[in-house]
Amino acid sequence: MQSNGKTISWQLTNGVIEVALHREPCNEIGAQSLDELEHLASSLPALEQQAHVLIFYSKLACGFSAGGDLRELYRGMQAMERKAALTGIREFHQRIHHVMNTFDASPLTTIAVVHGIVFGGGLELALTCDLIVADKTARFCFPELRLGIIPGFGGIPRLKRDLGNAVVRDLILTGRSFNSAKAQQIGLVSQVVAEGEALRVARLTAAQLGKFDRATAAAAKKFAKPIPYDELRQEIDIVCELYASPAVEAALKKFVESTDAQPYLP
Amino acid sequence: MPTEVKTLNEILDLAATQFQVPREKLSPDDDFFKTLKIDSLQALSLLTRLEQHFNVELPDYELQGVSDFRTLAERIQARL
Repeated sequence: MQSNGKTISWQLTNGVIEVALHREPCNEIGAQSLDELEHLASSLPALEQQAHVLIFYSKLACGFSAGGDLRELYRGMQAMERKAALTGIREFHQRIHHVMNTFDASPLTTIAVVHGIVFGGGLELALTCDLIVADKTARFCFPELRLGIIPGFGGIPRLKRDLGNAVVRDLILTGRSFNSAKAQQIGLVSQVVAEGEALRVARLTAAQLGKFDRATAAAAKKFAKPIPYDELRQEIDIVCELYASPAVEAALKKFVESTDAQPYLP
Repeated sequence: MPTEVKTLNEILDLAATQFQVPREKLSPDDDFFKTLKIDSLQALSLLTRLEQHFNVELPDYELQGVSDFRTLAERIQARL
């Protein structure tokens, strides 16, 4: 079984679903990506009958994902009446939350294979996974506060679930980026490997997981990994409230139109 | 602790290797965005390599506005 989309493609081989992200320039998550992620999410129940592991990885050199497509978001906000734009933003977040929650709660063991840029929504996608395997080039960041918003694809609830609160505050409130060694030190990443080796290592891990009873693995995951649904719903409300601020549109404009050498540092 | 000159030279060596630029074309006061012909995301990959090499953690906001190797070396030296 396989699917070839414009932004993601996936195939099921020997019990392992490999999902490749391949939207230039750096797997920004916009409307097309969301459509295709929804297609994957709706296909999972059938795939889960034949699989034990789901792997996400990027085919692009720049990294795993730069997160939400801010340029598309800004253009959309410009093209619509303010009220309609805010309604659209809420709908987008509700849909992406449904997708992320589906991946998070899947009975499959899920692995994010990351390298290079793992920012914002890209990091939030990785956070839905049970394991993150990073190569040494990986750089993680939640830059949202720099734009006047908070992570909107489930970031803070999942960080709070998985990491110590002091670490969560540091990452969110400073918005600083950090490397794979730091990510492993704080418990975000389970394995750090040499450049270009992460997918191979994830496949070896998947082969090992294939030896386990699927129902037992699913029960262990369900017991170990609660989904913070209430906080996830709260996050949508908070994000949408923040998007209503004119300061956010101004920050997005500055980011999108920037010719600065460091536009990721508004 | 290495001297700042040694740190600077190691940064220049690493940058030349990573972006395949002849080492002799790099000078301490060069704008590395221009000399290396890199964008902000590539600069982050250089930062990752430098952190690994010097075994330091350098918050990227400390590099806001920094575009020359000498100042970069000063920032790293302060954490060695």
